[in-house]
Amino acid sequence: MTDSRTSDLETADLETFRNETRAWLEANCPLEMRKPATSDADVFWGGRNAKFSSEPQRIWFERMRDKGWTVPDWPKEYGGGGLSAAEHKVLRAEMAKIGARPPLSSFGIWMLGPALLKYGNDAQKKEHLPKIAAGEIRWCQGYSEPNAGSDLASLQTRAESDGDDFVITGQKIWTSYANYADWIFCLVRTDPAAKKHDGISFILFDMTSKGVSTKPILLISGYSPFCETFFDGVRVPKSHVVGTVNRGWDVAKYLLQHERAMISGMGERGVGRPLGQIAADSVGSDALGRLDDAMLRGQIASFDVDEAALAACAERAVDLAKAGQAHPAFSSAMKYYGTELNKRRYEILMSAGGVDALEWESERSKQGARPRAWLRTKANSIEGGTSEVMLGIVAKRILDLPGA
Amino acid sequence: MALVLTEEQSMLRDSARGLISDKAPVSHLRHLRDSKDPTGFSKEFWQSFAEMGFAGLLVPEEFGGSGLGYVEAGVVMEEIGRTLMPSPFLATSVVAASALNRGGNAAQKSEYLPKIASGSLLATLAIDEGAKHRPLQTSLQALRAGNGFKLSGAKALVVDGHVADLFIVAARTAGSAGERDGLTLFLVNPKAKGVAIERTIMVDAHNAARIEFANVEVTADSVLGEVDQAASLLDGVLDIGGGAVAAEMVGLSDEVFGRTVEYLKSRKQFGKLIGEFQALQHRAAELYVDIEITRAAVMKALQALDADVVKAASAVAVAKARAGTTATRAVQEGVQMHGGMGMTDQFDIGFFMKRARVCEELFGDANYHTEQLARARGY
Repeated sequence: MTDSRTSDLETADLETFRNETRAWLEANCPLEMRKPATSDADVFWGGRNAKFSSEPQRIWFERMRDKGWTVPDWPKEYGGGGLSAAEHKVLRAEMAKIGARPPLSSFGIWMLGPALLKYGNDAQKKEHLPKIAAGEIRWCQGYSEPNAGSDLASLQTRAESDGDDFVITGQKIWTSYANYADWIFCLVRTDPAAKKHDGISFILFDMTSKGVSTKPILLISGYSPFCETFFDGVRVPKSHVVGTVNRGWDVAKYLLQHERAMISGMGERGVGRPLGQIAADSVGSDALGRLDDAMLRGQIASFDVDEAALAACAERAVDLAKAGQAHPAFSSAMKYYGTELNKRRYEILMSAGGVDALEWESERSKQGARPRAWLRTKANSIEGGTSEVMLGIVAKRILDLPGA
Repeated sequence: MALVLTEEQSMLRDSARGLISDKAPVSHLRHLRDSKDPTGFSKEFWQSFAEMGFAGLLVPEEFGGSGLGYVEAGVVMEEIGRTLMPSPFLATSVVAASALNRGGNAAQKSEYLPKIASGSLLATLAIDEGAKHRPLQTSLQALRAGNGFKLSGAKALVVDGHVADLFIVAARTAGSAGERDGLTLFLVNPKAKGVAIERTIMVDAHNAARIEFANVEVTADSVLGEVDQAASLLDGVLDIGGGAVAAEMVGLSDEVFGRTVEYLKSRKQFGKLIGEFQALQHRAAELYVDIEITRAAVMKALQALDADVVKAASAVAVAKARAGTTATRAVQEGVQMHGGMGMTDQFDIGFFMKRARVCEELFGDANYHTEQLARARGY
């Protein structure tokens, strides 16, 4: 009895929260911020050199920041909203209902923040989390190296002890937005004699430090956010290590789960119009309103089935986590499926667009937006752990198959 | 609504699983098949099922049932899928009970629902006529005759058709095949004059029948819902059936998968456990992901049915389509990874493959439901 009364009360409180949230969003989210982001300029990343691309973007960001809703479920003392998981779900649902854009996009929010909340010491949390929440510092991730991709733990960037500092030398690759980032969270080798997983530390430093340089990478899709990042004797205080020295792999793995959850979500967001309608524009429809290409129509319908099912699974993953029933490796399963599905989406988009989707530089094609996006999706199943690595993790950690 | 079972639902699952795995493991189905059991299920076990409250799970409390929802029905279906237990639960307790409860008048409900809840009445929906599930193509004819109607035509894949005490027959009172208007549901006594029942022994050894109706007379009182206007009642009932079978397929897929993974961990070839081979590991992992995604989609559909049957169509289409492709993959991988053993009748895995094939056809296969989604989305 007590239980059901408590949950009734919670339900009532949640409904109050829903109504208040809906009213607040209605009053405070500028209409311009209720349309899907269509270009890079529509996304606000924060940072020391951040510029707003429009006045509504600034207003929306500042209002959400002041409520702590750039990071709704972080504790209030670190600039978050202090929302419970249930309230956070309500907020997301209400934002989705009006198509509200995220006010702030940031690797600090998606990746570093959760790792700091779990592994950071008090000083580190107080120093970094509020600046992430307020969009003051933009972070990048120094994980992959030219010889450490899928086999990330074989990374070679050295951090040598020198008094109170580490001196860091080496190279990272695929560092997204390194050329715009203010700080980096980085994996470095602090004990070259230890087994490969046991000599790694997770360390934070300023990208303006002496010895740091970056170089953008041109991809098959054209310009990309990716960079090569070089460290030439970069001096970093030892107090910037998160967690224990040489136990950085634990932090790295925890953070990767969040990265994988983020990448698997890419299939769901920024979609705009349904595939069926986009295809109808280019291939036409018959008198009954069916696409004039039966095979394409079937592919789209199968895609829509799988996409809706994945959305249910993503929702369930959150609910399972809330109920304490989630398997820690489940984000690998979601990452695998979400990225493969996103590749399917773009194959369909290319097929639906036909010749029109092949133009690379014209004004008409928005500088080849579709083919570039299509090519870019091919990296989804590579970055953050390849599909094959994800399947290996599922086989080993969830299915407990031998020798995996 | 969180997409996880509540504590009460978990308890229901545990008691259903305990009962079913204890009294009706796969060997139960094997015995019924091999002995050519005339009933096709255990009457005795159905009575204990009824006493546990399962037969009347969806029947409102005022009619002697448990008044639970479709999520709970799905929980039981999933457990049924794990052991392939033949039982009137699907046809009587889910489909017929829903049709009567949603479409019946006061007299019909109080006549039939308490008997369903007590396990004393078996009922079934007779819908399919052709090779595929095409409800709007219904052409079994009901002509007005005096105060009543005369039914003529044939039905196929009528689950439990040879043992049912009551048929709910979809017929055409107006219009022509393919039209929504003009469909009517009738409650028909299987012993009525002009009804010919042929039990069809199916690949999965579960009950099904072909039924012919030759000028079968029914009274006006036997109309369920409204004359000519059964399409929307039928939509809901078929979605409920589709959601329930999807849940059975999740249980079936999960069980096959579990057995297959265990086999990978015990079978040795080339001096290694075959589960050490990456080719098999990755296929097992892909199948796991498929099942988990389908499980979520099915749960979503059952919750949508509980929230509002009328608005659940797309969620059910997604669930049944996914359940179909996932179960098909699960049983094929199951047989393949069991190698030659998987091909033997002595080994249980083939039973799952056979049942999955029948579940695919029940209430529309994956192609049918994918098509429904495309239409709902207007392309």
